[in-house]
Amino acid sequence: MEQPKIGYFGKYGGRFVPEMLMPALLELEAAYNEAKAKPEFWKELDEYLRNYVGRPTPLYKAAKLAASLAGGDNGNNYPRIYLKREDLAHTGAHKINNTMGQVLLAKYMGKKEIIAETGAGQHGVATATAAALFGMSCRVYMGAKDIERQQPNVKRMQLLGAEVIPVNQGSETLKDAINEALRDWVTTIRQTYYVMGSVVGPHPYPSMVRDFQSVIGREARTQILEQEGRLPDTLVACVGGGSNAMGLFAPFLDTEVNLVGVEAAGEGLITGHHSATLAEGVDGVLHGAFSLILQDEHGQVLEAHSVAPGLDYPGVGPEHASLHALERAKYFYVTDDEALNAVITLSRTEGIIPALESAHAVAYALKILPELPSSHCMIINLSGRGDKDLNIITSQLEGRL
Amino acid sequence: MSRIHNTFTKLDESKRTALIPCLVAGDPDLETTLEAARELAERGADILELIVPFSDPMADGPTIQAASQRALAGGVNLKAILDAVTELRQQIELPIVMMTYLNPVFRMGMSEFGRQAKKAGVDGVILPELPVEEAPPWSRVAEDAGLDTIFLASPTSGPERLAEICKASTGFVYAVTLTGTTGARESLPEELIQNLTRLRMMSPKPVAAGFGISGPEAVRRLAPHADGLIIGSALVKMMEEGSKNEKIRRLGEAVTELKAAIEMA
Repeated sequence: MEQPKIGYFGKYGGRFVPEMLMPALLELEAAYNEAKAKPEFWKELDEYLRNYVGRPTPLYKAAKLAASLAGGDNGNNYPRIYLKREDLAHTGAHKINNTMGQVLLAKYMGKKEIIAETGAGQHGVATATAAALFGMSCRVYMGAKDIERQQPNVKRMQLLGAEVIPVNQGSETLKDAINEALRDWVTTIRQTYYVMGSVVGPHPYPSMVRDFQSVIGREARTQILEQEGRLPDTLVACVGGGSNAMGLFAPFLDTEVNLVGVEAAGEGLITGHHSATLAEGVDGVLHGAFSLILQDEHGQVLEAHSVAPGLDYPGVGPEHASLHALERAKYFYVTDDEALNAVITLSRTEGIIPALESAHAVAYALKILPELPSSHCMIINLSGRGDKDLNIITSQLEGRL
Repeated sequence: MSRIHNTFTKLDESKRTALIPCLVAGDPDLETTLEAARELAERGADILELIVPFSDPMADGPTIQAASQRALAGGVNLKAILDAVTELRQQIELPIVMMTYLNPVFRMGMSEFGRQAKKAGVDGVILPELPVEEAPPWSRVAEDAGLDTIFLASPTSGPERLAEICKASTGFVYAVTLTGTTGARESLPEELIQNLTRLRMMSPKPVAAGFGISGPEAVRRLAPHADGLIIGSALVKMMEEGSKNEKIRRLGEAVTELKAAIEMA
């Protein structure tokens, strides 16, 4: 007898993991379902989000940015661009929304040991932070290449008491860090909780991470109604694995609002050095989920590239693959150079230095804004702040600063 | 009846345990793999397991990861491995089991892979990322193609899951000895023999144990408690250094020792 398919978004998702992990995933699914139904779980999480993380984060009307783009010939009548300021959340990015939820769940499950993978280091820092707060030990797997280019975050994790374990396999980036974290989990499964950092991996992670990140979209929806008296026309967010985008999109899925995900085109799609999985990927299985994957003709996974370490991933969350197939969300891409230019523009027009990842969303907005009517209202998810990227930004923009 | 079934039936009649050595296909090239496979057959292997290299082998430890990297660096792919199996099938009689991560299979197309594997002479397939929940489409393909299915059972699987795993496996059940990745271990968990005994009692199919089995001593200890023993990393390690002849010689010696240990048990 065939069981109903659990954990799918259309044909994408599922649980493609070794049997050793299955009992832990089933335990996690049951624990999450139980916690989800408990008002006291959400009350406790909500208190932490409010008083510790600093939520709600502001929805800021970036009038200077809009004016700088509109060419200045239509008076004060520019499209309205709002920035959802996740960069102002504790630890400097949206990642903390998810780690507070998952580490609190780990506490409810009686786990004492936390493991995580990290790319840019933001998820690692957010996990180390939550683990410190709840008094749990924490191991973070990070690609050797990412350790080199995101040193400030490595030091932050260590200061928070986490052990940062370098991963020297493969491309030495996020994909390899996930492989190594999964290998750790297979080995230590009885006592550890694995905090997955994005809407990727086997069920229940894509749904659970989306739920914890949905606080972004819920707040944005309330805030835009307060400020504009209506829903926005467009939401824009960058997509690596896709957690900040899913968090913003999810509470708007039942509306007519345009959803736009922006992938990293790296040095350009034609060069092969990019991370545009929805644009160029093919159906397959990576890290436990059936989704789109950057791969060669024989099914070997390709190395992704982006100047933004958090986007440097050859897979994408299965729910994005499904929204893409349904055309409910549209996905575009911008290059490293366009993202770097967006960093300068936002820094100098609004005094906000965005993370390189978030700069991809800003760059897309910069591209299309001149063509939008002044009645247009857009929310860009500013998923993180750029302090962690100063080394990359200054070396990439040498002579231009 | 399948070649795998016949092999286990024959071994069972003489109360012997199957020796199942593994090779990473294409490490460092397919010519070496074919020669190594013939050597294993000559030295008394009962079933041969060929591992298809994958860029992201999440269930594997350092030895098989490194071998997979060597194989991929040599340019091997699933299609070329199936061609090599076609050649090997002309030369050896023993059952060939293929272990592969899912993505190369999806890329080829699951049904196409089933047909091609059968045509090449593969007898059974292990898909280590495929739990029973996700198994039905593959089980249908395997049945249509005439391939045996082999599912993993873990020390963390409860009785209900084990029952499903036994039911879904048509070739044999792959009993993972420990919680962890592949790779030779100095010692195996205390409760392993108890787990194997319990699994064999409930399984209508043979039970072969794998992961972490390092050498003759572990083989002697486990052989009475399993229908087959799968030796991966400990043999794949023999292919790490030296000329092709040195590798084959080391592999041959190692498997001869294992064969002696399994016969003595």
